[in-house]
Amino acid sequence: MSDNGFEPQITAFMCIYCGYMAADTAGALRIPYPANVKLVKLPCTGKTDPRYILQAFEEGADGVYVVACPVGNCHHVRGNERGYARVQRTKKLLDAIGLGGERLEMFFMSGGQGQAFADAAKEMTERIRSLGPSPIKERVNELTG
Amino acid sequence: MIIGEQKPLEEIKELIGDARKVLVAGCGTCVAVCSAGGEREAQILASALRLAFQVDGNSREVTEATVQRQCEWEYIDPLAEQVAESDVVVSLACGIGVQTLVERFPEAWIVPGLNTTFLGMPQEQGIWVERCQACGQCILGVTAGICPIARCSKQLLNGPCGGSHDGKCEVNPDIECAWHLIYERLRKLGKLELMLRFQPAKDWSVSRDGGPRRIVREDLRVLPET
Amino acid sequence: MSEANGYKSGSRLEKLLRAGHFVVTGELGPPQSADGEVICQKARLLKGKCDAVNITDNQTAIVRLSSIGSGIICLQEGVEPIVQMTCRDRNRLAMQSDLLAAYALGVRNLLCLTGDHQSFGNHPTAKNVHDLDSLQLIHMMAKMRDEKVFQCGDPIKGAEPRFFIGAAANPFADPFDWRPYRLLKKVEAGADFIQTQLIYNVEKFAEYMRRVRELGLHERVYILAGVGPLKTPGMARYMRDKVPGMEVPDALVERMEAAGRDIPKEDKEARNAAWREEGIKITVELIEQLRQIEGVAGIHIMSIEWEEGVGLIAERAGLLPRPTVGELEDR
Ligand code: SF4
Ligand code: SF4
Repeated sequence: MSDNGFEPQITAFMCIYCGYMAADTAGALRIPYPANVKLVKLPCTGKTDPRYILQAFEEGADGVYVVACPVGNCHHVRGNERGYARVQRTKKLLDAIGLGGERLEMFFMSGGQGQAFADAAKEMTERIRSLGPSPIKERVNELTG
Repeated sequence: MIIGEQKPLEEIKELIGDARKVLVAGCGTCVAVCSAGGEREAQILASALRLAFQVDGNSREVTEATVQRQCEWEYIDPLAEQVAESDVVVSLACGIGVQTLVERFPEAWIVPGLNTTFLGMPQEQGIWVERCQACGQCILGVTAGICPIARCSKQLLNGPCGGSHDGKCEVNPDIECAWHLIYERLRKLGKLELMLRFQPAKDWSVSRDGGPRRIVREDLRVLPET
Repeated sequence: MSEANGYKSGSRLEKLLRAGHFVVTGELGPPQSADGEVICQKARLLKGKCDAVNITDNQTAIVRLSSIGSGIICLQEGVEPIVQMTCRDRNRLAMQSDLLAAYALGVRNLLCLTGDHQSFGNHPTAKNVHDLDSLQLIHMMAKMRDEKVFQCGDPIKGAEPRFFIGAAANPFADPFDWRPYRLLKKVEAGADFIQTQLIYNVEKFAEYMRRVRELGLHERVYILAGVGPLKTPGMARYMRDKVPGMEVPDALVERMEAAGRDIPKEDKEARNAAWREEGIKITVELIEQLRQIEGVAGIHIMSIEWEEGVGLIAERAGLLPRPTVGELEDR
């Protein structure tokens, strides 16, 4: 499978505070970021749940990442740290599944950091592009011809 | 409560073997509270299995269902149909739940998804600790409410061994020396004389060593034993 | 006849203690093999240098030739064994039956121990037993001897095992305040003699003994103070920093370090010799100090994997020659 022309599908979970504001800032400042990122809002990244992450992969995501407030600056005090711990656990689970934990990442940024948001989207897009499509999607494609 | 820990995915896959239709059965009581086998964990495991089988190029049908308690007939009866339709049931209940399913559904192939680990409590969010070994003859009344059977690495009954150091057990600095705790608590409560008492050899016949145990409460029985 | 003269076991150790001798015991670690010759050799090194020799029971939870088996070999070499038995590996049935056999084969001294946890040894996945704890083991053996009953209460119809019953004490383990009371419990359970953990901190041990005397225990049990030569500065540091319930004062660590300082690293042999010499010197000094403490009835020299050390130390401490049983019976 060649990387050329592969547009990864990426799901980004973000809190409605810094995470979503950073996305907003990127938009307002017209900082371009890859369009293949599906944004899903969480009340707080403390709500990050392995169930949601796995569901995204089941529905065909090639990569997933979570955007949270900077550590120490969570609107729910330590929600982002809890989210981080769950992301770490889910990475292990993805390794065990055979999808690879590197398809999942977490980023911390404040609401004003539009550039950081765009960078994260770019970084994940590039990482997943080099990893190739999720084997799940390949299987689904195989099955559906 | 009963504390368990999920088996590694690889082991669960091995237990599933070639089965095509997999039912992951969660339990909503102890193992849900310790985040090992409740509804959430059942959903996660089902999802993980579906993904893993797809990655292997060998998709299976993996569904999941959680009941309030897997260790009582009434609660598991509603699973009958789903169990009957499955080639294998991965139970995320403790070993008791697994066996309750086995007894209720003798035709079904049922495997454990958890390692049932101990009887304990959450010490803090994310940390569970052992507190009781169900020894059948509780001695907490003379040990200041701290169990040396479950919490002393050598199950000593007459005070701390020579390895007790700074309140920690010789086995591992993460383990509090149960006898140090007992000593301190008795001292603070002015009851150290309890520790001076010689504790005779324990009657292990009422513990697991006496064979599988059973309690019969005639006052509660509906049908007399035949 | 042991019962005559009111001896409990009639062992040489018991007789010497009763006669008021300052006794010396040594220690022998059985091999991790079926090689009985190793035991013979070690026994020969210890013979005449001490009054009785502890035989360790799967020490540090590593499988070794059994303490009872090794004890029998010692007897054949003319060395009196103190057979150690831990609660880790046997339940009450196995303990009683093995000790009946040990007695039948001539063993007379027994040291009752809890045992190191199996996680320290070479079979960490083993199931441990701890059916009895060390106090209950002492109690069981005292009742077998004095009341002629098995642990369950059934009478022993034939000969009962009459051991001189020992127990260990670690004055440096925590909680410090509890330790004299633990000794009291062991004495009340039936211990006849006590061997302590290695002592390097004499001051703390003296305080422990003061409390032991306050409880009157020095008159109810023979207390043998445990010593052992430091072999290298590394070993001294390790014991100071890493071994729970062991106290090695900095001054002793420094002495060990100083001993090899002027010898070039390349001259390993000379350095080792200097360290060992210092280790022996320290041990001899410790023995001299410990002898002064009221209630210390003897010395237990633990010279692990250096059996020659026992003789060297006993010699330098003026503890040789050891009295012979013949002498004893002439008294
Ligand atoms: S003494 Fe027995 S019943 Fe009581 S807490 Fe301990 S193990 Fe459980
Ligand atoms: S150190 Fe304490 S908890 Fe550990 S085995 Fe000894 S008495 Fe038990």
